[in-house]
Amino acid sequence: MSKIGLVRTAAIVLPVGALELLCRFGTISPITIIPPSEMVRSLYFILLAGQYQADITATLSNVLVSIVAAMLAGLIVATLLESLPAIRRIFDPLFATYYSVPIYAFYPLMIVLFGLGDLPQIAIGFLLAVMAVIINTLNGLDRVPQVLIKVSRVHRLSYLKIALQVRLPSAAPYIFTGFKLAVAYSFVGIIGAEFITSSRGIGYQISYAYNNFDNRLMYPLILLVLVVVTTVNMSLYVWEQHLLARRRT
Amino acid sequence: MKGRDTLLLVIILVTGWQLLYWAVGEVALRSPFDTARLLVEMLKTPRFLPHVSESLMAFAEAYAIAVAIGLAIGVSLGASRFAREVFEPVLVALYSIPKVTLYPIILLLFGIGFPAKVAFGAVHGIVPIALFAMNAISNIRPIYLKTSRVMKLSHAATFRSILIRAALPEVVTGLRVGFSLTLIGTLLGEMFGAQRGIGYLLMQAMSLHNMNNMMALTLLVILFAASANAGLLFVERKTNKHL
Repeated sequence: MSKIGLVRTAAIVLPVGALELLCRFGTISPITIIPPSEMVRSLYFILLAGQYQADITATLSNVLVSIVAAMLAGLIVATLLESLPAIRRIFDPLFATYYSVPIYAFYPLMIVLFGLGDLPQIAIGFLLAVMAVIINTLNGLDRVPQVLIKVSRVHRLSYLKIALQVRLPSAAPYIFTGFKLAVAYSFVGIIGAEFITSSRGIGYQISYAYNNFDNRLMYPLILLVLVVVTTVNMSLYVWEQHLLARRRT
Repeated sequence: MKGRDTLLLVIILVTGWQLLYWAVGEVALRSPFDTARLLVEMLKTPRFLPHVSESLMAFAEAYAIAVAIGLAIGVSLGASRFAREVFEPVLVALYSIPKVTLYPIILLLFGIGFPAKVAFGAVHGIVPIALFAMNAISNIRPIYLKTSRVMKLSHAATFRSILIRAALPEVVTGLRVGFSLTLIGTLLGEMFGAQRGIGYLLMQAMSLHNMNNMMALTLLVILFAASANAGLLFVERKTNKHL
């Protein structure tokens, strides 16, 4: 491992080790935090028992739906806006302000609009994710070399073909950034919404365990969320580096 | 020209809202006009104001902490290439985890009440502020630093007249993003573990299905967030132009 990786690992392992020791020697009581090793062990048994399988599946499938919807809607909206500059200019302030508005404030409305099923959570994840896709796609479409557009005009490609074969592929690196953010935001939105009110999902189970002071359940589930989200994000990061390296050659 | 576009946008949004209201009806929404009226009424009730000031206080404190810690982390990581390479992925990973899941831990550490929401708000703001400040410092063109060396500027003078000025626009962007996220964090904190504040009222309205309060509070939060953001955007454009 490189020196950087070594220091990075140490910077993560040492605090966790210190926490473990503090918990084991009773400086931090198990009512506040249970030892990290205990979290891992409990998580293993929870996963083995499979009693939260339905919640895990629910959360992950909702996240997936939200990502797909946000990508599709974001790409279509961005492509349309790019070709309608007058309308885009009107909506520009909205893009700049969008993320300053706490989307969770709309959650009550979503529940009223969509009922108590999975839809309100998906809607929150979607609303958080879609703007990242739109902003980054527009950013990428702005940087498509004019010569590519000219060539496709010379070849008399239709609007749809120019969009699908020239503009979107050329903006791909920026779209990928949008995709990465959409994944992160979907997780944030959906798990957050599950926390506020819902009847299933990992977020719901964490808040349920918290309300019952069930630390042996709460911490492993928190750990599960952190591990899943970090793994997904890191793999996307590695994939992006791989794609960028290929693109350069 | 710009003012006209913004006005047009507001008209479009309000019209969309009105149309949605006509479509779904009184059960799920209030009309824009009614909501504005309800908000004004709410602001007039004496019992409501303590909640606003509680939220504002918590938010101000959280933001001050987020700015202080975020800038400290960002500047120290930006100054050293090695530290940056070690910690950047860690920061990025922290940025993308759903912080709501950490809220029970914060509640256990700080107890239910004011400190917990401040801490939760600050947790949301620190990472973006640190990330933007780090990039700002490390993206300073080396020629500026060389110039300062050639001119034999002292450390203090380099910091004052080069580092701050060159890094400022991006730092301000970080402060703007951090502002929004700290606000979201503080409100979320109030939604789960508090007996006072806007977030608490929102949660209460939600569980009682009090549509009037829900709409008025949502509008209040949006107006506050949007106007603060517009102000910070203005500062950001100014610092950019200044350069």
